[in-house]
Amino acid sequence: MKNYTPIIGLEIHVELRTHSKMFCGCPGDHFGKAPNTQTCPVCLGLPGALPVPNKKAVEWALMLGLALNCKVNKESKFDRKHYFYPDLPKGYQISQYEEPLASHGWLKFSNSPPRRQAGNLQFPNNKVGITRVHLEEDTGKLQHITLDGEKVSLVDFNRSGVPLVEIVSDPGIRSAGQAKEYAQKIQQIVRYLEISDSDMEKGSMRLEANISLQNQKAKGKNQKLPDYKVEVKNINSFRFLEKAINYEIERQAKLLSQGKKISQETRGWSEKDQKTVSQRSKETAADYRYFPEPDIPPMEFSESFIKDLKKRLPDLPDKLVKEFIEKYSVREEYAKILASDKNTAKLGQKVLEIAVKEGVKTDDVAGIIINQKVNLVKANIAKIVSDIKKTQSGKISDSGTLEKMVEDAIKLNPKAVEDYKKGKTQSISVLIGAAMRLSSDKADAKSVKEILEKRLQ
Amino acid sequence: MKSDLTLKEVIDLLKKREISSVELVEKYLRAIRKLNKKLNAYLTVNDKAVNLAKSVKLPPNEKKPLLGIPIAIKDIFLTKDLRTTASSKLLDNYIPQYSATVVERLERAGAIILGKTNLDAWCHGSSTETSDYGPTKNPWNINHLPGGSSGGSAAAVAADLAPCAMGTETAGSVRGPAAWCGIVGLKPTYGRVSRYGVIAMGSSLDTPGPLTKTVEDSAILLNVLAGKDPYDATTSNIAVYDYTKNLNKGIKGLKIGFAEDYLLPRMESNVKDIVKRAAKVFTNLGAKVDYVKTLDPRLAISVYTVVQRSEVSSNLSRYDGVRYGGGREYFAQEAKRRIMLGTFTLSKGYQDKYYKKAQKVRTLFINDFEKIFKNYDLLIGPTMPGPAPKLGITKGQAMFGEMADVLTEPTSISGLPGISVPCGFVDGLPIGLDIFGPQFSEMKVLQAASAYEIATDWHKQKPVTLP
Repeated sequence: MKNYTPIIGLEIHVELRTHSKMFCGCPGDHFGKAPNTQTCPVCLGLPGALPVPNKKAVEWALMLGLALNCKVNKESKFDRKHYFYPDLPKGYQISQYEEPLASHGWLKFSNSPPRRQAGNLQFPNNKVGITRVHLEEDTGKLQHITLDGEKVSLVDFNRSGVPLVEIVSDPGIRSAGQAKEYAQKIQQIVRYLEISDSDMEKGSMRLEANISLQNQKAKGKNQKLPDYKVEVKNINSFRFLEKAINYEIERQAKLLSQGKKISQETRGWSEKDQKTVSQRSKETAADYRYFPEPDIPPMEFSESFIKDLKKRLPDLPDKLVKEFIEKYSVREEYAKILASDKNTAKLGQKVLEIAVKEGVKTDDVAGIIINQKVNLVKANIAKIVSDIKKTQSGKISDSGTLEKMVEDAIKLNPKAVEDYKKGKTQSISVLIGAAMRLSSDKADAKSVKEILEKRLQ
Repeated sequence: MKSDLTLKEVIDLLKKREISSVELVEKYLRAIRKLNKKLNAYLTVNDKAVNLAKSVKLPPNEKKPLLGIPIAIKDIFLTKDLRTTASSKLLDNYIPQYSATVVERLERAGAIILGKTNLDAWCHGSSTETSDYGPTKNPWNINHLPGGSSGGSAAAVAADLAPCAMGTETAGSVRGPAAWCGIVGLKPTYGRVSRYGVIAMGSSLDTPGPLTKTVEDSAILLNVLAGKDPYDATTSNIAVYDYTKNLNKGIKGLKIGFAEDYLLPRMESNVKDIVKRAAKVFTNLGAKVDYVKTLDPRLAISVYTVVQRSEVSSNLSRYDGVRYGGGREYFAQEAKRRIMLGTFTLSKGYQDKYYKKAQKVRTLFINDFEKIFKNYDLLIGPTMPGPAPKLGITKGQAMFGEMADVLTEPTSISGLPGISVPCGFVDGLPIGLDIFGPQFSEMKVLQAASAYEIATDWHKQKPVTLP
C-alpha cells in the first residue's frame, strides 16, 4: 500500500430544481410522479421536436461554476453525445463537450494531505482542481419488473430532459476521506445556491469516482498518470463513496503488487457485498461522435452578465466558517457545523451578533446551539441568548467555592473515592452528582469534573 | 370554374364569394382522384378536408388571410392526427401527436390541408425516386423526374392538384423541383421560418418554403410563415414585413450580380443562353447587371455532403423502433448509406478531417457572399444545371442529388434566401432562374422576382401532356 499513491477524480451530477425541464416546458420535478405524465414531444424525442434551452438552468450552472472558483467561458455551446440506450429517446444526449459553461476551478480541503501523497497535477497542497462544470439533460428511467408474470422493461420519461449539471474534478484527490469531503462540499455549495435538492436517495445528486494507483517508485521518473482508470458507479451516499474508494485502493494495490495489470472498466458499488463489482469493460474507448448541437445557437455571455451573476452569489460556507472563527471566536469544529447549511449559518450569524452585544461568550452560545440541537428556524433567537446569559450569570464560577464543594463531596463519599482509585473511573459521576447537589446545580459540571480529576490523581 | 387558379385568384374569388371553400376543396379532390395515380404527387389525402371547408363561413380576412383555402403539405411536416411518413415505410403508420409550427400557422390563418405530398424518403434526394412509395412524375412529361425532395408538392402545384404547397429545402429541395416543374419555389433565410415539427434532415440547413404558381403567392404564404417561434431556438427575432408590399415596385437602380461561375463548363449551352437572356430582362427593367466572380459552386458539394450526412446520421438515430414506427430494418438503401457516411465523418480521428474542415469551408462561402453583397443587392444564376432528367437516372448514382443541387448548395450552406422562377424551356421542359440575396433579404428577392415575372410570361405556360 505504501508504495502506491491513489489518483482519484470525481464526477458529480446534480439535477437542477428549475421549474421546467432543460429544453422544454414540462415540469422538472419528477420525483414520485406517475410514470410518463410529464412529457411532451421534445423530451420524448418525437420526430420534428426541437430543444429550446432553459435560461434559468444556464444561469444556475454558471453560478455554480463561479461558486467553484471557475472561469466562466464567454462563449459556450451545446453538443450532441451519441449512444444508443432505450432511456435516451433521441439516440443522443444534449450535453457540452468542447466549450463547457465553466472550467478551471478549485475547491479547498480543510486539511492538507500528507506531503508524501501530494504531487497533484496543479495543486501541490490543499486544493483540488475542478476541470469543468457543464450542463446537460437527464435521461429517462428504466424499470425492470415483472408484470402479469412476464419480465418486462419499462421506460419512464418524466426524468428525460431534466437539467443536469456535471462537475468534473481533476484527478487530484488522494484519499477516500478527501473524496468524501470534496463531495460533501459540493453538496453544501449547491444547497447554498438553492439550485438543487442534491438528495442522493432521490438521485438528484449522483457520485462517480475514477480511481487508479500510481507507483511511488515509477512516479519519480515519470509524472504521467497511470495508464488505466477504474470508474465506480452506483454510489448513493458519502459513506459508500468512502468505502468504495478504500475497497478499490486495496483491490488495485493487491493486483499491482502481484504484478498484474488492472483492466480499464466500470465497476459498481454493491452495498450488500460491501465491494465493487465489474459492470462493463472500457478497454475500447466509446466514440460518442460529439458535434455541435445545430438546433441551439451558441451562447455568448457578456462581462456585465457574469458580473451580475457573481453579485447574486450568496456567502459560501468557506467564507462563513472563516467569519465564525475570526469574527466571533467560535472554535473551528463548531464553525463548520454552523456553516453546514445556509439557514443555520444565517441564523447563527444573528445569534452570535446578539451574543456579542449581550457580552455572552460566543463559543459557548455556538456550543449550546449545536449540542442541544437548537432549531434556530423555530427558536426565538433573542431568547436563546438571554436564556444562556441567565444560566451563566447564576453559575458558580469562583474556583475557591467550587474546590470547597468538591472537598465536601469527597468527604461525604469515601466509597466512591476508593472505587475510583481502584480504577472504577465511572464512580466519579457519584462525586460530580454530590458536588452539584451541594451547589444546588449552580456549578458547572464540566469544571467540577476537571477539579475532581485533578484532586483524585 | 376557371382552372389553374393562383392563390391570389382563389383569395379574390372567395372574397367576392364567387366560389365557396367547399367547391374549391372538392375541385382539387376531384383533380387528385383523376390524376394522382398517374403523377403520384400525394401519399395521403385528408379525408377531413371537405368537412373543414363546410365549417368555413367567412371569406379570407385580415385575421385569417387563408380562410377556406386548400393547401398541399410535404409529408415531412407533422400533421396532428393525419398520417406523416417522410416517404419512409418506417413511419408507414405514424400518426403525429402534434402539428409542425408551419402547419399550425397555416391552419391558424384558415388554410385547409388537402393532403400530404410525396418526397424522397427522409428528404434524401433530388428526384423523389428514393421515396418508399414510388417516384412522383413530372407533369410536363411523365417520363421525367419532378425533382426533389419536395417533388410531390411541386408536381401537385404544376398539375393544379393544389393552388399552392409547402416544401422544405436543405439544398435545392424547394427551388430544384420548382425549376423542373415550371413553378415558383421560395427558400427563405435559415431561421426565418420555424423547423419545429419538420422531421429533421440537415438541422443546420433545413428551411421550410412555399411552392406556388406566382411570386406573389409565395409572398402571401411567407407573410403567414415567417417569424420567431418559441419552439425553435434557431428562428430569428428580426422583424417580419408584409412581403407583398414591394412586388410592384420595379427594380430600377438595383445592383444585380450575374454569378458567372454558376454557368458550369459542362452545362448545355441552351440553358446558359436562357439564363443570360433572363439577365437581360433585368437590365431592361433598369437594374444594373454585372458578371460577378464567386467561389466555384462545385466546392460546396463536399462541404454540403459532409455537413448534411453528419447531421442525418445523428437525426435518424431516434428511429430505433422502441417507441413508434418500424425498426431500423425499414431504412432503405439511401438512408443507410447516409447514416454510414455521416457516422464515419463524425467518428473520432475523422472529425477534424471531415466535419470540422467542412465547417471551415462553409465559413469561406459565407464570407465570400458577404463580400459580394457589399456591392450587390442580389445575385442571379440558373437554379439547376439542366432540365429534368428521365426517371430511373438516379439508379446506382449515390451522389445524384448532390450533383444536381450543386447550384443551390452554396446559398443553402450560407443560410441565404433564394427563389426559383420559370425562365424558359429546353426540349419542352422548364428551366428555373435562381434569384438570391443576403440573409433576411426576402423582401428584395421577392421584389426582383416579381418584376421579372411581370415582364415575362414563362410562369403562364402550363403542362399540356395531361388529359
